[in-house]
Amino acid sequence: MDVTIVDYKSGNISSVINSFKEVAKDKVNIEVTSNLNKIKSSDKIVLPGQGSFKSCIDGLSSINGLIDTLSEFALNNKKPLLGICVGLQMFADVGYEEVETKGLGWISGKVSKIDNQNGKYKLPHIGWNQINIVKNSKIFKDIENKAHMYFVHSYEFIPNDNSVTTATTDYASNIVCAVEKENIFGTQFHPEKSDKTGLKIIDNFINL
Amino acid sequence: MLKNRIIPCLDVKNGRVVKGINFVDLKDAGDPVEQAKIYSDGGADEICFLDITASNENRDTIYEVVEKTSKKCFVPLTVGGGVRSIDDINKLLNCGADKVSINTAAVQNSKVVEDSSRKFGSQCIVVAIDAKRKDDGWEIFTHGGRNPTGINALQFASKMEKCGAGELLVTSMDKDGTQSGYDIELMQKISSMVNIPVIASGGVGTLEHLVDGIKSGASAVLAASIFHYGTYSVNEAKQYLASKDIPVRI
Repeated sequence: MDVTIVDYKSGNISSVINSFKEVAKDKVNIEVTSNLNKIKSSDKIVLPGQGSFKSCIDGLSSINGLIDTLSEFALNNKKPLLGICVGLQMFADVGYEEVETKGLGWISGKVSKIDNQNGKYKLPHIGWNQINIVKNSKIFKDIENKAHMYFVHSYEFIPNDNSVTTATTDYASNIVCAVEKENIFGTQFHPEKSDKTGLKIIDNFINL
Repeated sequence: MLKNRIIPCLDVKNGRVVKGINFVDLKDAGDPVEQAKIYSDGGADEICFLDITASNENRDTIYEVVEKTSKKCFVPLTVGGGVRSIDDINKLLNCGADKVSINTAAVQNSKVVEDSSRKFGSQCIVVAIDAKRKDDGWEIFTHGGRNPTGINALQFASKMEKCGAGELLVTSMDKDGTQSGYDIELMQKISSMVNIPVIASGGVGTLEHLVDGIKSGASAVLAASIFHYGTYSVNEAKQYLASKDIPVRI
């Protein structure tokens, strides 16, 4: 099996690569590329994302044909795709970080700054927080409700249809931190930095 | 609920741990990779490396250490010490660091903080502030605490927040190495002034000091010696904080 981590030169993806290689061992081939043919022929795709919503969308757009290839992979061929952090946020129709920016539009919704209640909560939301599993998700196999995951973000994804939400976390308000829509998965937290429980989520995705 | 973080810090010189404790199950006490792994297995919420390599020809040793550590530890890794430019930050991130802490370069040229947080995201830019009491306030120092700057620490903290720092690592130079506790007043002042997380550093000698650090408003507490010398394990520290009703990840 080939799992491809999309390298679109936006942010630091070393930790994502290291964690997937750790979990995959020699059983699964982990590719890191922006090569469209390799992406097309993969079995699964990981879409990481660091930095701002706009910089990530700009990064995807700067590689000719990449967005179309990813959309075809996820929407037409319906093969499994995991978005991490801004990778998840980009599923939305629109993001409001820096300037209003059009998203991929795969899961209807928007990405807005976390309401920190006039400074009562510090931003970014950095550190280990517990996830409330609200709906069974294939990537949560053997993950306990209230498990700790590592977060670092200032913006949150607000889906229009809550049925895609599989987990939330409490910080200033109830923040959506995991989604699943058919073959499309996303986590706002960083499984690659969430120690053994995070690696289990990666393992679950690889074994889908 | 967001938990308070405990961050053990390792001083690394020429690729080797300085002040490392000789754990029984450790093959090589001076190996930062093994030390970091013990910390992360013990429940450390993050790991911090401070590179104190003095000579330029040995500066590259830290990259190898970071690369090896990031393949074994799956909790966030912060690396600081000698970070001068966007290029240095880029290299550390590519080796597997999750955050880079900047001290002297941020004071000399705040544009480094602005540019790097825009390029890599605020989440990976930590500004390290070394502060020492002077008159009624605190003055910041650069070059590992050797050079006074005349700059007020509170004003500088506020400026760094505006420049895009994701976190502030605040070290009291008066307290560092004394094991008499954090400079609580300094932590309170900075934490209440900025809207980004503050990591308290410098002076931890007992577990009660960690409690005081969190109560001062810091989001995370950093300590070196109490963990280095095995006075307490990270897990013991967490159990103690939990017993004092401070939310931690256990």
